[in-house]
Amino acid sequence: MIHQKPGLTLFEKIWKDHTVAENDDGSSLIYIDRVFLHERTGSLALSGLSASDRTTKNPNHVFCTMDHIVDTTPGRGDDTQVPGGIEFIQVTRKLAHQEGITLFDLNNPRQGISHVVAAEQGIALPGCTMICPDSHTCTLGGIGALATGVGSSDCEHALATETLSFFKPRQMRINFSGQLPLGVTAKDMMLHLIANESAAGGSGFAVEFAGPAIADLEVEARQTLCNMAVEFSAFTGIVAPDEKVITYLKDKPYAPKGQEWDQAVNYWKTLKSDVDASFDAEIDIDCTDIAPTVTWGTSPQHAISIDDKIPDPKQADDPADGDAISRALDYIGLSPGRPISGTPIQAAFIGSCTNSRLSDLRIAADILKGKSVAPGIRAICVPGSSQVKRKAEKEGLDVIFKQSGFEWRESGCSLCFYAGGEGFSPGDRIITTTNRNFEGRQGPMTRSHLASPATVAASAIEGCITDFRTQGAR
Amino acid sequence: MKKFTTHSGVAAPILRINIDTDAIIPSREMKRVSRKGLGASLFADWRYENGVVQQGNESPDFVLNQPAYLNASILLAGQNMGCGSSREFAVWALTDFGIQAVIAPSFGAIFYLNCVRNGLLPIILDASTINDIVAVIDQDPQATKIAIDLKQSTVAVSGQQYTFKIEASYQKLLLEGLDPIDLTLRRTQSIDQFIAKDRLKRPWAHLGGPALSQ
Repeated sequence: MIHQKPGLTLFEKIWKDHTVAENDDGSSLIYIDRVFLHERTGSLALSGLSASDRTTKNPNHVFCTMDHIVDTTPGRGDDTQVPGGIEFIQVTRKLAHQEGITLFDLNNPRQGISHVVAAEQGIALPGCTMICPDSHTCTLGGIGALATGVGSSDCEHALATETLSFFKPRQMRINFSGQLPLGVTAKDMMLHLIANESAAGGSGFAVEFAGPAIADLEVEARQTLCNMAVEFSAFTGIVAPDEKVITYLKDKPYAPKGQEWDQAVNYWKTLKSDVDASFDAEIDIDCTDIAPTVTWGTSPQHAISIDDKIPDPKQADDPADGDAISRALDYIGLSPGRPISGTPIQAAFIGSCTNSRLSDLRIAADILKGKSVAPGIRAICVPGSSQVKRKAEKEGLDVIFKQSGFEWRESGCSLCFYAGGEGFSPGDRIITTTNRNFEGRQGPMTRSHLASPATVAASAIEGCITDFRTQGAR
Repeated sequence: MKKFTTHSGVAAPILRINIDTDAIIPSREMKRVSRKGLGASLFADWRYENGVVQQGNESPDFVLNQPAYLNASILLAGQNMGCGSSREFAVWALTDFGIQAVIAPSFGAIFYLNCVRNGLLPIILDASTINDIVAVIDQDPQATKIAIDLKQSTVAVSGQQYTFKIEASYQKLLLEGLDPIDLTLRRTQSIDQFIAKDRLKRPWAHLGGPALSQ
């Protein structure tokens, strides 16, 4: 009798092809194709390696950029407003050279936010494993890589050995069906998912995003989607690579060329979950139900539709949730039962590894064109990479941003989390395209509302949280 | 790595859910390329008025500033403890402050591993057990110490004992203070064999020249 091998998920196929050995404890020693570093936590991994008299096993597979501490104001140098920041920049530079790894230093045309650069340079590839000492490494799942964030010590392990041991996460598939309403984006899809399933909903799972609505997403939008898998507490997020990804990667600087490209494409075409693959959990989401979504509190799960009202802690099912809602409302300074739309803001931010790619900037610029940011609003746009910045400038997007009253910056993580040493002022309410609305994330006592680039642009113009679909109709 | 075998100490409850690593240590407080000296900045935004880290500026309401919880070395937290940023500085801030174990119903995955890598014991107990423990220690936290035995995987307080689960390999790393990199470097030969085969199977994934270790 012939026993059919059970089907594998996309994640399991990549996992299997990277398993060096099964460990005694049930975990697996996984081969790591790419390590990406930045100056904040990569510096610690490199200095740890150096202090233990170890070296990078394969410098060809290790890349580093400056994004977390580097200043984003035009004309920048090593100086930064981050206390002690210059040390991180200079130690990273020194150790990157010492280890012989590729560094996209602050004036390198390829510099930018780690996860944006890893995709646009073709460093992360479908079917490859990648780690970076940064939780948003899962972004690269958008091109079909098995990518996950780790701590500095585990990063050091991958540098020294080209491997890391992991317990295989359980498998979850999230099927997005139906057509997304006009103007609703990957950012709204993720905030909607996390609001429904909680910020811990993906804990212990690798999540495959699937279904017709995912196939319809462009590759940059898939990166936005997978970027927030960590906000869902997932091990990572991944989308099966398709023709769009192959077209996206063709001729990228570090993508394979010639015969190797053909071999790679043949392999990439096998990277999808088998029909009989088994998932430990499946979630179905109808995209026609998703509206522009914005957060009202201090966790990404505190998200509602832009036309919805701020929740009442008294109506929470679980008293612990009620407490969390009360605490969040207290911090954020909003009252239950009021519409989120119309809430006055002091600042607007477009940037971060979530929403700073060319497609994001085009969406925002489309809304900003010919309009002005409301008086008194501090508005800042920080392109995701130096390359995104150049391309945007070639299209004249910088002019639109600047004419509307936005600052136009050099690339880096910037005000997503006090990177570059800059925060918004205490008490400021910020509408932001970033990924975390944690207390104090964008500066002490600041209040962040996560949203898509369209929502941020429309809100900046109106001076309050605004539904871009009805903007100007009032 | 620092060993963890047994520990008995004062436990402080911060029973919020989703305590993120930005709360454990804000980005602006990571001032040196160093794993040391971060304890003063632990929970900066909650522990100090307006988040300004300075002696004399402590917020009296925050649990770690209350005399009842002086010298706390164990934290009790809500679900999804340590979610968010992968910053290992969060664990270094906890250990530098003197925290030796964190007890929560669940942990952020990266934070959990960062704890294990630094000799800080992450203990998973369900929320109702944690509430029971808090109710017991609440009256006199200084006198009602929590005793942890990693080998037995137990937490004991006031005559009650609870068992927790931890992967055997993590338990061994912590008990013996092993360095995972050293352990893996002993397997270099099998790693190199894997790579040699993989270079034939996926040549496109391998950049540059030969990469086998010397």
